[in-house]
Amino acid sequence: MMLLNYSQPLELTKLIKWFDNLLRASLPEFWTLLIEFVVVALALLAVYVVVALLLIYAERKITAFFQARIGPNRAGKWGLLQSPADMIKILLKEIIKISRSDRFLFFAAPFFMIVASFATFAAIPFGQSLHAIDFNIGVLYVIAISSLGIIGVFLAGWSSNNKYSMIGAMRSGAQFVSYELSAGFALMTIVVLSGTMQFSEMIEGQRYCWNIFNGHISSLIAFVIYLISGHAETNRGPFDLPEAESELTAGYHTEYSGIMFGYYYLAEYLNMFVIASIATTVFLGGYLPFEIQGWDGFNQIMNYIPSYVWFFGKTFVLIFLSLWVRWSFPRLRIDQLLNLEWKYLLPINLLNIVLMVLLVLTGLTLKDLFGIL
Amino acid sequence: MAEKIIFYILGAIIAIFSIMAVTSKQIIRSATYLLFVLIATAGLYLLLGYNYLFAVQIAVYAGGVMVLFIFAISFTNRPGEKVHGEVPVRKLIAGTTAAAGVVFCGYIIYRNIRKVTVLVQQYNLSPQKLGETLMGTEKYQYLLPFELISILLLACIVGAVMIARKR
Repeated sequence: MMLLNYSQPLELTKLIKWFDNLLRASLPEFWTLLIEFVVVALALLAVYVVVALLLIYAERKITAFFQARIGPNRAGKWGLLQSPADMIKILLKEIIKISRSDRFLFFAAPFFMIVASFATFAAIPFGQSLHAIDFNIGVLYVIAISSLGIIGVFLAGWSSNNKYSMIGAMRSGAQFVSYELSAGFALMTIVVLSGTMQFSEMIEGQRYCWNIFNGHISSLIAFVIYLISGHAETNRGPFDLPEAESELTAGYHTEYSGIMFGYYYLAEYLNMFVIASIATTVFLGGYLPFEIQGWDGFNQIMNYIPSYVWFFGKTFVLIFLSLWVRWSFPRLRIDQLLNLEWKYLLPINLLNIVLMVLLVLTGLTLKDLFGIL
Repeated sequence: MAEKIIFYILGAIIAIFSIMAVTSKQIIRSATYLLFVLIATAGLYLLLGYNYLFAVQIAVYAGGVMVLFIFAISFTNRPGEKVHGEVPVRKLIAGTTAAAGVVFCGYIIYRNIRKVTVLVQQYNLSPQKLGETLMGTEKYQYLLPFELISILLLACIVGAVMIARKR
């Protein structure tokens, strides 16, 4: 393809190709695939943990910045060792067994949460050829799998044998189930625009015009709605209703300790990352650099920056936005939260899909108007 | 080879957890075991290459119906309590009905499985094709049943709102 002729010296495509060829040359098909599956899974797990540690550090520092504090600064240079130290601490803590609780469900619940978050993590395109699964229904897969996490929350609340946990789980469930609708519809708006649900095709279609520019009004509304509902889905920021120190203590994970609590904590941070990276992929061109059609010199310079840097850069901007919202807005009440979803976001969203269909059918998208590839 | 191994693992999960779902004394545990069965079924669809069906199975059954089940169970009277055994006559009737069901389904499957020699794997079933099948009006396209089901669901929602409405 002519579009791909820019030189991209720092991409990992060649390295992965070389590794694949090396295995194929010396081993039969079955073992090649087996080794590659294991390597990919280990790489994803490593990225998962590293991203979580970085996010926890970034959140502390940025929060401190918003509150005019310094943040972690004792462990290591600039407090960099703070989150690894916390990780070791949480691994060494005792796992407390609650008496008169359903033991099996109590210990199964965190795994639902972590598996759901990890399975969505696997479908994210991190960069050129850094994409583990590329389903032709990628968007639907992400929506479907992330809905499994809520079962972990419910089972945790129920099996803790604690009414505060139960109320926290109920709140979290109501919140998640309602905001999932909005998030799904916002993504569907962009599926209408790009005509595919496959992440790789979706990204390729945004080379010279990101979806957020392409569908102008409609895309912008969908983007804002996706960010709001994604934020609410992760139980953070002004939407952290399952946690209420004065009435509900810590919500559905009150009774968990040690690494079991750590799973919920990890899944919450990673869900924030997953939401931001899906928004990046669907709205902001994914791992593609910012390019303008016809400006070949400019595009060449942009292409020298490797795709994974672009991806993590865009994702980090969205995460920063989410932290900004978290520390700038007061908390909502539970009825206000549900009103916001069912009386405002959902109707706006449905109208927005119709608007997007009209834009696409009448040829009023930017690509059609200016003849961009 | 690898597919066979995965198939047997999934089949074992489905069989074991199905039995556990009906024999468990606690209703919320039954719901959880049923969830494992549904997820393993989704795994079978993935093995066949029906990606869309896989995603829908997870979203609708595992994510939607099971959440509703657990919600509903926690609203029942004392959900944690163990269920008492039934009287022997009822056990006998239930057992007979279940055995008849197994024989009936087994007969149908046994008769039809021999007609299918090779199951076609649909790795390139695109979402566009599915959409046209659901919303088209030509041969092998099913707009009318689709719309009828949507009317049925609408009636259910209106009925639920009527029942739940405050007087």
